[in-house]
Amino acid sequence: MTEALFDTTAPARSGRGMWVRILRRPSVIVPLAALGLLLLIALLPAFFAGLFGNGDPRVCDLSRSIDGPEPGHPFGFDVQGCDVYANVIYGTQSSIAVGVLTTVLSLLVAVVLGTIAGTRGGWADSVISRLTDIFLGFPFLLGAIVVLNSVSERTVFSVSLVLALFSWPLLARLVRSSVRGITGSEYVLAARTMGLSWWRVVTRYILPNALAPVIVVATIMIGSVIVSESTLTYLGIGLESPAISWGLQLASAQSKFQLAPHLLLFPSIFLAVTVLSVIVLGDSLRAALDPRRNT
Amino acid sequence: MAKVIGGRVLELVIVFFGVTFVIYAMVFALPGDPIRALAGERPIAESTIATLRAAYHLDDPLLVQYFRYLGGLFTGDFGTDFSGRPVGAQILRAWPVTLVLALSAWAIEIVVGLGLGLVAALKRNTWIDRTILVTTILATAIPVFVVGVSAQLLFGVRWGILPVAGDKAGWPVAFILPAAVIALYGLAVVSRLMRSSVIDNLGMDYVRTARAKGLSRRRVVGVHVLRNSAIPAVTFLATDLGYLLGGAVVVEGIFNLPGIGNLLFGAIRSHEGPTVVGISTALILVFLVTSVLVDLLHAALDPRIRHD
Repeated sequence: MTEALFDTTAPARSGRGMWVRILRRPSVIVPLAALGLLLLIALLPAFFAGLFGNGDPRVCDLSRSIDGPEPGHPFGFDVQGCDVYANVIYGTQSSIAVGVLTTVLSLLVAVVLGTIAGTRGGWADSVISRLTDIFLGFPFLLGAIVVLNSVSERTVFSVSLVLALFSWPLLARLVRSSVRGITGSEYVLAARTMGLSWWRVVTRYILPNALAPVIVVATIMIGSVIVSESTLTYLGIGLESPAISWGLQLASAQSKFQLAPHLLLFPSIFLAVTVLSVIVLGDSLRAALDPRRNT
Repeated sequence: MAKVIGGRVLELVIVFFGVTFVIYAMVFALPGDPIRALAGERPIAESTIATLRAAYHLDDPLLVQYFRYLGGLFTGDFGTDFSGRPVGAQILRAWPVTLVLALSAWAIEIVVGLGLGLVAALKRNTWIDRTILVTTILATAIPVFVVGVSAQLLFGVRWGILPVAGDKAGWPVAFILPAAVIALYGLAVVSRLMRSSVIDNLGMDYVRTARAKGLSRRRVVGVHVLRNSAIPAVTFLATDLGYLLGGAVVVEGIFNLPGIGNLLFGAIRSHEGPTVVGISTALILVFLVTSVLVDLLHAALDPRIRHD
């Protein structure tokens, strides 16, 4: 009874107050709104693509190759004569999917391994820490190049899997140090002394307090993953057509860039806005959660 | 110091075996049957398969194969490309270009990054500070190849200020644009680290003492604060090497600089799998060794790190 009281009332209320306060900041609202719109686009591409009457990204007319913007085709035509606007809209889905999927996968691995390493210590900690060191030994892009090079079918899922393989260690290291800091605090000691199981101590006492800095970094990671995906796709080892992604559009735009800058411009704008929103959101959250850095 | 060196080298050894094993397992052991892949669509006799498997030691256990591959790495054998030339020799030939490019990018990051951070800190919370923050973050949000081809079009083709591609013009002219494009991505972090570090240092006692002694603000900031504030940013620059190498792949490809990145770029484009793996492995090993060297240098220079 007492435990239930402690768990729900006091901390929950102050926690909710904090989030409401954070959500009121303009530096959080603006990127959140932008990301919300992008997420809607990613979920309902057909609706947004159809706004100007030519919503099918695969309806192409070679005679219109690299023509500029005109009514009905606000972003013009690409090399194959397809509508750039519809393609950019449909591209939102795979770019955001890769960013989110990669981050969620690495976050899952990082939370599990980081928590075990941070709370258990001993040989489990040593093994996990060495494993983290090994994967941090890869420069991100080069590691992804080596592995993607031998992946025969590169879909949103397989590319995310490979990117996650090289992005979990950063988060895992963060989870571990954050968890370790909290494991040493007195209320955790108290919970342990009460005889609560490891699982309960971790899920109720440690993780809720340890995850804030990790979530911040993970948010920013979504942005860098989206940029990496487009870079890898440009190199020719990311997503492949018939997939539709910003990276593929930018890669195919490069050869005709001097004649038709709009091919590079519109996917770049979407990509930059997405990445920027994610970075700014993560950064504002960091500032809000850590008032000491607020100088 | 000996303990620091020992610990760091031991770590390097563990990471080295781990990284090479991951590469080996991912690339050589997992995907299908390499002999079938070699034969392509053509039918191939069972006896030929057996001979080839024996020639490439494919029937040995995974660990034995791995150690044979490792032995090759130690003797500088990174495999051969499709025309039979050893990858190791090509890397050696291309190495200087990449080194010069990375060092130039580093120099730009230090000068511009530290400068921007210092200005942002001194003009803290003004529009200058915010502009620097927004522009440097904006730069990281655009993929390196978009910035690369745009810069090439504007500075090289339209305005003709700098060479479009190639290294004929020599250093520094041919390297300015590619190095600046790579450096752009480190600027956000370097300038922000510098900014917060300068702000911290400006509030320190030694600054007040120096001011009280009648030193000019220019001298206090220029000599005392600048030097003490640069440490975190320079530490980041050391770890940034991995990024520089990755960026070099794209940028050398765009600007056609004959460095290692360009080799890798070409190999990916022409689907030369073994060459891609050989070059990437070499770059990753360079990254590992350099980061250990930088750490040790850092520990030698800053006693606080040694005693952690």
